[in-house]
Amino acid sequence: MSTEAHEDRISSVSKKFGITPEDYMLPARHMINLLNVDGSLREESDQGTEPGHEYPLPSPAELMDAYSALAVGRRVNDQNSALVRQGRMAVYPSSHGQEACQVAAALCLEEGDWLFPTYRDTVAVLTKGVAPMEVMTSFRGEWHCGYDPKAYNCAPMSTPLTTQLLHGVGVAHAAKLRGENTVVVAMCGDGATSEGDFHEALNFAAVFKLPVIFFVQNNKYAISVPLSQQSAAPSLAHKAVGYGMAGERVDGNDLMALMAVMRRAVRLAREGNGPLLIEAHTYRMQAHTNADDDKRYREDSEVQEWIAKDPVTRMHAYLDDAGLLTEEAQAKITERAEAIAKKLRDGMNQDANTPPSELFEHVFASKTTQLAEQQALLADELAREEA
Amino acid sequence: MTATTSHVNPNVSDATARAAAKAATQNQPVTFGKALNTALADALVANDSTVIFGEDVGTLGGVFRITDGLTARFGSERCFDTPLAESGIVGMAIGMAMNGMRPVIEMQFDAFAYPAFEQIASHVAKMHNRTRGKVDLPMVIRIPYAGGVGGVEHHCDSSEAYYAHTPGLKVFTPATVKDAYLMLREAIDSPDPVIFFEPKKLYWSKEQVDLQALASDYEAKRAATTEGTARIARAGSDATLITYGPSVSTAMEAAKLAAEEGISLEVIDIRTIVPFDDETVCASVRKTGRAIVVAEAQGFVSVASEIVARVQERCFHSLAAPVLRVTGFDIPYPAPTLEKYNLPSAERILDAVDQLQWEA
Ligand SMILES: Cc1ncc(C[n+]2csc(CCOP(=O)(O)OP(=O)(O)O)c2C)c(N)n1
Ligand SMILES: [Mg+2]
Repeated sequence: MSTEAHEDRISSVSKKFGITPEDYMLPARHMINLLNVDGSLREESDQGTEPGHEYPLPSPAELMDAYSALAVGRRVNDQNSALVRQGRMAVYPSSHGQEACQVAAALCLEEGDWLFPTYRDTVAVLTKGVAPMEVMTSFRGEWHCGYDPKAYNCAPMSTPLTTQLLHGVGVAHAAKLRGENTVVVAMCGDGATSEGDFHEALNFAAVFKLPVIFFVQNNKYAISVPLSQQSAAPSLAHKAVGYGMAGERVDGNDLMALMAVMRRAVRLAREGNGPLLIEAHTYRMQAHTNADDDKRYREDSEVQEWIAKDPVTRMHAYLDDAGLLTEEAQAKITERAEAIAKKLRDGMNQDANTPPSELFEHVFASKTTQLAEQQALLADELAREEA
Repeated sequence: MTATTSHVNPNVSDATARAAAKAATQNQPVTFGKALNTALADALVANDSTVIFGEDVGTLGGVFRITDGLTARFGSERCFDTPLAESGIVGMAIGMAMNGMRPVIEMQFDAFAYPAFEQIASHVAKMHNRTRGKVDLPMVIRIPYAGGVGGVEHHCDSSEAYYAHTPGLKVFTPATVKDAYLMLREAIDSPDPVIFFEPKKLYWSKEQVDLQALASDYEAKRAATTEGTARIARAGSDATLITYGPSVSTAMEAAKLAAEEGISLEVIDIRTIVPFDDETVCASVRKTGRAIVVAEAQGFVSVASEIVARVQERCFHSLAAPVLRVTGFDIPYPAPTLEKYNLPSAERILDAVDQLQWEA
């Protein structure tokens, strides 16, 4: 693609918004924030919006759906942490506190769109429609990802940091070459933005003008390392401009703002304006995983401060005050959340029993002679054990 | 080979191109590079999902010209340049393969594939397994490799062991013009990811091969499968030289010299390191009772070591002498003026042959 074509794209979309290409690519001066921590709607002048960075409020129906997923997400996070404590799950990187980001990442997508999640994005995967036990399969110590990515348009949750962003770029590229209008949301954390693949993915997406939303959950820590030791940039969203794409910051504990920002990003991407980078400011309320001890690197007072900013109570307060969340509606949501939690308890209480012979089945499309020999060796060992 | 190959009727310009290719190839020898180039073109014709990309593979046709003319003929959506980022190239190819394409990507040189190693080892190799077979990655990573061309540092590595050691990757390396064509077609049609090692010293080597006839044979499934089948490059009875890629020609030269001294060497060209053809290799060693593995890569913990181990495990009672190796030394690949001291030579192979305990 020529340089002129590249400039044309940025200038045509910025012209549409009546701002300069630089102002289009740079994030708004303040992060987008629609709800106060007490759930009240912020004054329009206080929402962080500015010309070209405007975000219409989501509809009540959209917000109710999103809140339902949010409440389910919180319940699932806490259920899983309990299952880990009971020894029924091997490990769980909880997104407790980040559920608004999780829910928005999945709900902004339409049918046929793809999600590329990380290990912390179980709630996003669940919200995308993957069955609860399938989502959690890998965390019970299974050797496979638990679900069929193609059935759900949801990639396996990726552990090697930011490698999955490039896969998202590839899915979008293939779709574009076939003339399909697929949008991809590719997720990573704040620390992961230091990885090389993060930069390669952003650059490839921008150069090939692909509809990919890079969605960074800035939860302030990469295990123990704070953001100040990962980046000297004014913000992670500012990194967008270096690749020729637009970046935006949003309050990651404000579900209403997230829905507004992500929906607009998806629309812009689908209209052919190339990729976008969204940085959501949130906080990891619990340790990195159950195996981590966060007392070694952060003060409890810092964690306490974020309790007031909780995404679930904030959204609940807004909907309650707006008269949208009837007792009946809340009861239904709670019932749904409890049903999923029960599914997880029942599922995890049964031992996984994948036959060991299956370990050889999917290394290649069909087994090599050598794998067949090794499979037979193991089968023989097991048969002798049983005898 | 189970891949779907939709045989698109060649359009008029393809027919013309093929006719021209036919006239050209029937009369004169074809280079290894041209065979690869033709395989890529034929794969682009055969399947709409085939896409080629990498560094300088578009307008330029690749630094070795293996993709020469493909962008002009098929358009920049089928063969295109990417930004300079190997992990990006492989990572994007993974996503495209997840979404219905068959990417054939080029790493410019062996040592420049290292930035992509994480994508290759953690995803290319494991996606099919991780998804319990639901997601296959039919992609080919072409890597020009090995030395013998006076290349400078970072341009002559024999890196095949890294990939062969990684479960989930197939590793191919042709040594003849005919195999260059057939093996690349097979690699592209394979449902599994293939690391395709091209010995760069062979790019300009020539053979009398009718590529047109080869293409027809391949597409009509008349050509014998190369995957998992070693090739007996020269029949012999006294000892077996087991080799692959850039070392096949050296082994052939040694066999020719040995014959002049009355020693009959069989030369086996492994062709696909993964999957490995134990049967052909062991049948030969059981017949001759003596074996030497010849490979250009450094010998310590190498593909050559693996072959020695396999032969020893399977053919112990047929062996009249220990299985030896003639390989590159365990040193970083040397500068052009010194590479001849590192490369296995016919003389070094013959010295090893002398050590095969002939007088019992
Ligand atoms: C390539 C790679 N290096 C290191 C790790 C080990 N690791 C797992 S999570 C993590 C921290 C990531 O932090 P961040 O990107 O902020 O995401 P968060 O865990 O906060 O959601 C590290 C270092 C890894 N998974 N992959
Ligand atoms: Mg983090």
